[in-house]
Amino acid sequence: MARTSARRRNAHPALDLLDDAALERALRRMHLIRKFEEAAEQSYIRGLIHGTMHLSIGQEASAVGAVAPLRADDYILSTHRGHGHCIAKGADTKLMFAEFFGKDNGYCRGRGGSMHIADIAGGNLGANGIVGGGLPIAVGVGLSAKMRRSGQVCMVFFGDGASNEGAFHEALNLAAIWRLPVVFVCENNQYGMSMSTARSMPVANVADRAAAYAMPGQIVDGNDFLAVFEAAHAACEAARSGEGPSLVECKTYRLRGHSKSDRNLYRTKEEIESWRARDPIPRLRDTLVTVGRLSDARAAAIEAEAAAEIEAAVEFARTSPDPDPRELERDVYA
Amino acid sequence: MAELRFAKAINQALADAMRDDPAVVLFGEDVAAAGGPFGVTRGLLDAFGPQRVLDAPISESAIVGAAVGAALCGLKPVVEIMFMDFVTLAMDQIVNQAAKARFMFGGRGGVPLVLRMPHGGGLNAGPQHSQCLEAWLAHVPGLKVVVPATAADAYGLLRSAIDDPDPVVVVEHKGLYALSETVDETLVRVPIGQGRIARAGRDATIATYGALLREALVAADRLAAEGMSCEVVDLRSVQPWDEALLRESVARTHRLVVAHEAVEAFGVGAEIAARMVEVAFDDLDAPILRVGAPFMPVPFAKSLEMAYRPGADRIVAACRRLME
Repeated sequence: MARTSARRRNAHPALDLLDDAALERALRRMHLIRKFEEAAEQSYIRGLIHGTMHLSIGQEASAVGAVAPLRADDYILSTHRGHGHCIAKGADTKLMFAEFFGKDNGYCRGRGGSMHIADIAGGNLGANGIVGGGLPIAVGVGLSAKMRRSGQVCMVFFGDGASNEGAFHEALNLAAIWRLPVVFVCENNQYGMSMSTARSMPVANVADRAAAYAMPGQIVDGNDFLAVFEAAHAACEAARSGEGPSLVECKTYRLRGHSKSDRNLYRTKEEIESWRARDPIPRLRDTLVTVGRLSDARAAAIEAEAAAEIEAAVEFARTSPDPDPRELERDVYA
Repeated sequence: MAELRFAKAINQALADAMRDDPAVVLFGEDVAAAGGPFGVTRGLLDAFGPQRVLDAPISESAIVGAAVGAALCGLKPVVEIMFMDFVTLAMDQIVNQAAKARFMFGGRGGVPLVLRMPHGGGLNAGPQHSQCLEAWLAHVPGLKVVVPATAADAYGLLRSAIDDPDPVVVVEHKGLYALSETVDETLVRVPIGQGRIARAGRDATIATYGALLREALVAADRLAAEGMSCEVVDLRSVQPWDEALLRESVARTHRLVVAHEAVEAFGVGAEIAARMVEVAFDDLDAPILRVGAPFMPVPFAKSLEMAYRPGADRIVAACRRLME
């Protein structure tokens, strides 16, 4: 693709690491996440989905930027706010929606639901309903990769709230002393349920905590795909070359509440609007168009394709069969 | 025939499993260089190297979590919780992660891990180093729980646990580690969920597991001298437990005592008694009795701990009551 030298000078260094196909894939996946979650909300309102859900609308750049440097055979572990990570790793949105709807052909045959979507074959070892629950598991995934000398990396997502859990300390400490290929990605969306990080943490940044484990702790603008990618890329390279784990903190914001029961009484409309103005999706699209890596027409087509895929995925899930009650105890062994 | 210490049987099972399958790895507190807090893993670091036998810092949650992660991607970790009391520190990883994986992932992933943990009193170790908490774990769908009473079963159950595609908790009584017994030269796997009749009898059945088996056999000897013939069933597994074997036994003896070192209330004995009432009521000639520890913390002082722990005396007393 033709690029002017002036545009190249202003461009982000991460753009040199990503070919046009990778950039398009990133933008497509960010659109898919947004549209997946908007459709999930609509399905909930229409009574098609029961239970609760934790939406990551506004956080798409951290999921897609962090996962973009991973190889297909690398692993991720995700959180209760995990639809984005799952899509970023390449999951099939039809099977995700089927799980969300509690259908028999969902990723977990309807046994897990929104908070437990896993795609083991695709390297997604599962979202987690327990805050911080995935962090110790990542240590073992890293240990397995190191022992098998597979060159694989395990990337584990967690939130600012999880960094106040004991499991965070144990996991980072163990990964550090065993020098494991683990990348700890904190999506600091600034609230653990209703409690702000200013109230829940005595330090300003989760990345400051990395010093306790003698591992690099990098802070990036979590709404900037290219910044997240660059930091995650460096962390993955370090992990793969035997330098051990790193922590990357993405400063971001969830535009929706913690869950469906959140009445948003703990933050101001102004604060939410200020973050809406930093929406990561138009930001990446505009950057790519400005530097000449994407045309307006192609950008519009990517968004339209994502919308069509999600519409089809909802329809697939809606018309899929419920699990058979006669199979209630399937996969129960003790 | 050969003499075998209980701890050595576990060590042998670990060594044989590691020799048979390169995916088997060990980690835990003091398990490598120090050879294990009770000497159970002695020599394994030298035999299999630091890649497969790892010392972990005092981090029970991370140790078990790491086992879950390793088991999700190709390894078969066998990890040790130094005292069963410390299982509290790893409960999220055991209950919410390991036990749920296969079901929650719709059968598309599982965690073949083994958690070894010593339980029980008699060492004057006090309230936080002596508990028998196996009922907690047996109450969680997704965990198998075995409690060997003999060296041969310690070997055989651990081999089966390592072979199992899902998480298995192996509970070992600290008081058994140093004891020797005569065993066959060839040690074999023992299927999980299968009990055995340790002594045949006709007047009453004493069902037990773990270290209390020895006490039950002593009790049966003493009762035999009084003319009462007791059958002793060693359950070996408490989740799943061998309901069929116990039904057969009760169909012969018509009386049942369930004995364990754990506190009696809300325990394994309560579950077995309730179930046997449901399925074997017509066979029973007397109420089912439980023998367990009183509902209180394990005391430190020798005089108090001896008064606290159930043994042959209480089993004998329970059997006599059955005949009244």
